[in-house]
Amino acid sequence: MQLIRPDINIDFIGKRKLAMMISALMILISLGALTFQGLNFGIDFTGGTLVEVKFDKAVNIADVRAALSPKGYGNATIQEFGSPEEIMIRVQNKGNEESSTISTAILDVLNEKFTADSVEMRRVEFVGPQVGDELTKAGIMAVLIAMLAILVYVTFRFEFRFALGADAALLHDITIVMGIFALTGKEFTLPVIAALLTVIGYSLNDTIVVFDRIRENFAANRKRKTPADEIIVTNESVNQTLSRTLMTSFTTLLVVAALFILGGEVIHDFAFALIVGIMVGTYSSIYIASPVMLSLAGRFKSNEDELRAMEARP
Amino acid sequence: MQTFPRWKIWLILAVLAVSLMGSLPNITTVPSWWPSALSKPMSLGLDLKGGIHLVLDVDVDKAVSHSVEEDIDTARQTLRKAKIRYRALNNDGMNLNITIKKATDLAAAEALLKETFLNYELSPAVENRFTLTLKDSVAQETKKFAVDQAIEVIRGRIDALGTTEPVIVKQGTHRILVQIPGYEDSAHAKQLIGRTAELQFKLVDEKGDLDKAMSGSIPAGDIIMYGPAKIVNGQSKRQPYLLKKHTELSGSEISDARVSIDSRFNEYAVTLKFNSKGSRRFDKLTAAHVGERFAIILEGIVNSAPVIRERISGGSAQISGSFSPAEAHDLAIILRAGALPAPVKVVEERSIGPSLGQDSIDQGMNSIIIGIVLVLLFMGIYYRMFGMVANVALLFNMVLILAIMSMIGGTLTLPGIAGIVLTIGMAVDANVLIFERIREELFIGKTPLAAIDGGYNKAFSTIIDANITTLIAAIVLFQFGSGPVKGFAITLSVGILASMFTAITVTRAIIAMSTERRSRIEKLSI
Repeated sequence: MQLIRPDINIDFIGKRKLAMMISALMILISLGALTFQGLNFGIDFTGGTLVEVKFDKAVNIADVRAALSPKGYGNATIQEFGSPEEIMIRVQNKGNEESSTISTAILDVLNEKFTADSVEMRRVEFVGPQVGDELTKAGIMAVLIAMLAILVYVTFRFEFRFALGADAALLHDITIVMGIFALTGKEFTLPVIAALLTVIGYSLNDTIVVFDRIRENFAANRKRKTPADEIIVTNESVNQTLSRTLMTSFTTLLVVAALFILGGEVIHDFAFALIVGIMVGTYSSIYIASPVMLSLAGRFKSNEDELRAMEARP
Repeated sequence: MQTFPRWKIWLILAVLAVSLMGSLPNITTVPSWWPSALSKPMSLGLDLKGGIHLVLDVDVDKAVSHSVEEDIDTARQTLRKAKIRYRALNNDGMNLNITIKKATDLAAAEALLKETFLNYELSPAVENRFTLTLKDSVAQETKKFAVDQAIEVIRGRIDALGTTEPVIVKQGTHRILVQIPGYEDSAHAKQLIGRTAELQFKLVDEKGDLDKAMSGSIPAGDIIMYGPAKIVNGQSKRQPYLLKKHTELSGSEISDARVSIDSRFNEYAVTLKFNSKGSRRFDKLTAAHVGERFAIILEGIVNSAPVIRERISGGSAQISGSFSPAEAHDLAIILRAGALPAPVKVVEERSIGPSLGQDSIDQGMNSIIIGIVLVLLFMGIYYRMFGMVANVALLFNMVLILAIMSMIGGTLTLPGIAGIVLTIGMAVDANVLIFERIREELFIGKTPLAAIDGGYNKAFSTIIDANITTLIAAIVLFQFGSGPVKGFAITLSVGILASMFTAITVTRAIIAMSTERRSRIEKLSI
């Protein structure tokens, strides 16, 4: 079976202005959502307590809140988690209170109100304010360092403008994934950061495959008597790798969708971030990375020796 | 196409054999002669097994100021022995402040302090006042010792819970990671771990005036401490006691603590047994102070202050109160395990109930199985024979991941399962790259065998580049990620590395073996 013929020729690069505008719009919406709506940070970053309990029958969120209110947890975030029997309760840290005991207090109240046999502790998470700060810093550091390491690697393997193109695509992907998290109000947790880093790795993987072909075709092009324009060669390269780009994205989406649907509530948002990231990453490796690389042509003019050295690399 | 090198085929078979052996302990119980050094069944993370996960912060500064405080006693005794009179003696943080009464004693005091307090820096006296500052290296040593000792104490307390394989390790400089698999009473665990269990015996100052002390004039060398809060007429009240500052005996002189029944009130109590040094001191103390009261202070609260009726030589004492059986039991555990050298605080908790862990395992396994089946089907349909070859490589890849994880003693977490699922999707990427390249080569008119060669050769550097960048992200994730996220980074990295071997070498070998006998191939099933 072959869905995409090897001689396919779609004018991707020619549409780069349109693509750039679409991307600019998406980024603008994302930044707007991030600024005005903000991310719904989970307790990993804000600090706080999370208690997940399972009741033996469906339970009313209002009843749970009524039970917690007298103890001063009336303003807790209480939501259904996967099924009507499962409830997730989130409480922010309070100033002086020994916060690690909040979960104990909540479980005690629930056991008292709904009888101990009907309430089952599923999960208790507590992140102290200091740890929250540390995790936030570590998360930001991880994303920055990953981007930097990739910049160095791609510069070493290709050229600086390729590296910038790759990083532009990555920034584009991360911004949009985060924007969608802000728009949907989904909880932004530590596993979502892990998903973001995976998206970085994945999107880059896609971009590198295209770049690899561009490098190969650029080298062949320079040997021709009448070299074609870089834009045409780039478009050819994107087309040549198109079926691979789509096939791999498809197989990866297949398994991530399996994770999203079957993996359970705990991993749900993580899988969601991956699905969005893979789709955006596939788009960006076609429409963002190469056009940005092309638009930087001549800015970082490498001399002939460097070009030859680059071609000599495997 | 030239013949495929034999040694590569042997290598593949060897890897296959080792990885099958390596992953076997996960699937079935292996016979006793099985080389257990090769691999162990993968252990499940707490998020899959269920259990308590706590990160504790040891207040190491408290441990330092505590040890400085203890040195005040030494200073007092040393100065008294040398008959040097002092006006004030106090401590703040890492400093001991000593004010000498007469200027004529200064030289003698300086020599004496220098000789006694080797762990301190002595700065010259200002207006008769010496400041001794604990040396930084000593402070660091004290902090390290406090954390190490806290680990020992906490281990003793957790062992009393009777769970299997608890993990209690140092994390960074002043944190302790505690994991108790298979235990779900997070409240009880936190309570048991968090209590300092500091036990002190002090004499009650019978000559001092409690009322005067309450209004502000506390006699020198005395201290006011309170009993537990009691509700009297709807108001919470705490009984004050005027005590001698000096601690006569402490919890470190206890050799055993057991739950007992207080015969007078028929209540639960805890009976302490002193060690030989403690017994001797208790004997001397009770002999010298018959008729006075001594206070038993537990965690800063006066538990009781019984009158010493006669000399007690047996070396045991009893702590009573209106304990429930469980409270008495817990108190005995923590007193037996000893006091924490410094307060600890829970700064992070991630505890999972057993049912959620099992659900996660089931859901994770379902995702893996469905994911594999979908990819196998897709590859078979889209690339036909070549797709089937890639499928063999994918299954090989799964066995290899399982084997490597078992051999390096890896722990499987829920994010780790996600990493494996993601690897399934990405592992076939190398094959997609190769197969698409072969199709291209065929399209431009190359013979089937030349197309296979060209496809593999040209795709190779792309595969390396693409995988290394994903590895970079995974390594950064491992470095900065915490706990379960690390599990994701590990399975993803292992999966990527394994896939490079299976997707390139293994598929190549299968294709080479099936084509090399034939002199001519008309058409490829791709």
